Amino acid sequence: MADLIYSRDVYGKTLAALGRRHRDIVVFDADLSGSTRTSFFAREFPERFFNFGVAEQNMFAAAAGMASCGKVVFVSTFAMFATTRALDQVRNSICFDNFNVKIVATHAGITVGEDGASHQALEDVAFFRALPNMKIIVPACPNETAEVIEEIYSVPGPVYVRLGRSKTEILDRKYKFSLGKGFILRPGKDVAVVACGIMVKPALDAAEELAKKGINVYVVNMPTINPLDKDLLVSLSRKVKGFVTCEEHSIIGGLGSAVAEAVSEASPCLVKRVGVRCQFGQSGSPAELLEKYKLNSHAIVDSVHQILDEKNSP
Amino acid sequence: MPNSSAEIEYLENKARIIRHLIVKMIAHAGSGHPGGSLSIADIIACLYFKVLRHNPKKLNWEDRDRFHLSKGHACPAWYAALAEAGYFPKDKLLTLRQLGSILQGHPDRCTPGVDVASGSLGQGLSVALGMALAGKLDKKAYRVYCIIGDGELQEGNIWEAAMAASHYKLDNLCAVVDYNNFQIDGKVSEVMDVSPLKEKWLAFGWNVLQIGGHSMEDICNAFEKAKEIKNKPTVIIAKTTKGKGVSFMENVVDFHGRAPKGREIEQALEETDISDLEG
Repeated sequence: MADLIYSRDVYGKTLAALGRRHRDIVVFDADLSGSTRTSFFAREFPERFFNFGVAEQNMFAAAAGMASCGKVVFVSTFAMFATTRALDQVRNSICFDNFNVKIVATHAGITVGEDGASHQALEDVAFFRALPNMKIIVPACPNETAEVIEEIYSVPGPVYVRLGRSKTEILDRKYKFSLGKGFILRPGKDVAVVACGIMVKPALDAAEELAKKGINVYVVNMPTINPLDKDLLVSLSRKVKGFVTCEEHSIIGGLGSAVAEAVSEASPCLVKRVGVRCQFGQSGSPAELLEKYKLNSHAIVDSVHQILDEKNSP
Repeated sequence: MPNSSAEIEYLENKARIIRHLIVKMIAHAGSGHPGGSLSIADIIACLYFKVLRHNPKKLNWEDRDRFHLSKGHACPAWYAALAEAGYFPKDKLLTLRQLGSILQGHPDRCTPGVDVASGSLGQGLSVALGMALAGKLDKKAYRVYCIIGDGELQEGNIWEAAMAASHYKLDNLCAVVDYNNFQIDGKVSEVMDVSPLKEKWLAFGWNVLQIGGHSMEDICNAFEKAKEIKNKPTVIIAKTTKGKGVSFMENVVDFHGRAPKGREIEQALEETDISDLEG
């Protein structure tokens, strides 16, 4: 069994390391620094860390003011509160001004687990994807998280990084993260499976299972949802019978929507979306919830079969 | 230091020019918010022509005092002050609210002198707080000034910022409440009463000064006093008259968000006439 690591641990350590190199980094949190791991930075650089208490609207608008004075502001809280609670502040004070505010949210998705629906952000990518200037990144594993955090320091303007709560495996990757790029993890020919975040691993598992039946699918890790790697998607669309998208997010407005929009405008083909239907989550263990909401390799395999069945039927 | 009568007169004349320009630009645009722009004309005149350390030729001067207009709909007053101070040519004022203009309907960073956009109420005090924190962090001597509306105090975000500003002991932050007692739907006291203001701000840990917002002497003195206060932010509660300076707009809620038209324009320009200052 591979080692399991918290991506948020990696975030905290990487941020503290960045803080050593860059004096212009300032970190904000809203009473969740222990959970988001901004506490690592806070311990090392208390003068550059500001806890806003449970007051996200103030925190995000203050980040705009701080950024206007030349700072690179990393703002962390849970994904639920980073998106919905302060959306107006993020839109009007951060995105509109294109400020250097890096929103790194943890506890996204259904795998928040036992805390239940109020804490399971399943629409955050959808909300932020509609905002001009906002870059959106969903790292697939702890190592990719480190590369993402390193890179976004020098990406101008607002960035949203979506991290989960649970420990995940380190994926075997042959590439280095680059904003706006998708990465083919496994070549194929029949269908392209495009995944992000914790769904990349089940996508690889699904491909393995399908290969045993002689079905070869591409597996693409698409960590950047905005700007989307449209070139890669369009080139794949000319080679495959359809796409399966996989995300720990609502099928509305997230990776699935982004892929469907991109290919339907450039090179239409079937797109099946594996994700949470438009519904709220509930309490349960992460494993139980992934099963219950069909966020697993079986759902991906089923979707690949659906595409092949539809394409092969007269 | 007492203010000389010559300086007071100079500032009062700047306020007159700002009022005149507000009327002119809103009348020309055919839409906008005259009431709340006119009510802050004296305060903004004092800020731009006495209080602020700024340089219209060096927009990104790191040590400049910061100003943020949280009640963004009153931007005609801000634009008038910026133009009068030399941030951009005055003829630009007549492009207010037009397609492609550097003077948008609500503050936008495309305007020289505007550091952060505003318009969605409640956020500006937080923005100013972020600037003040940055100043403390960088050990800069600059101060941050922020004008907020009385109706705007109904936004919860304001009180989150108020709590944080005293928590972080931001004595480099000075807020001004434009207490004109009107908002779009009527009197603030009837729509959603925000009083007692002094007690609220005191309870949030602020130094509170109460002044008449159209007395230039009061305004100057308040800003001076605020500079002396250590370890806490200051709020100046300025009792103002909405539409101040144009008789038919004063305390008339309709002029919160409507431009004068026809005969009204002539009268408003007459009442804010500055021809004695020109030439």
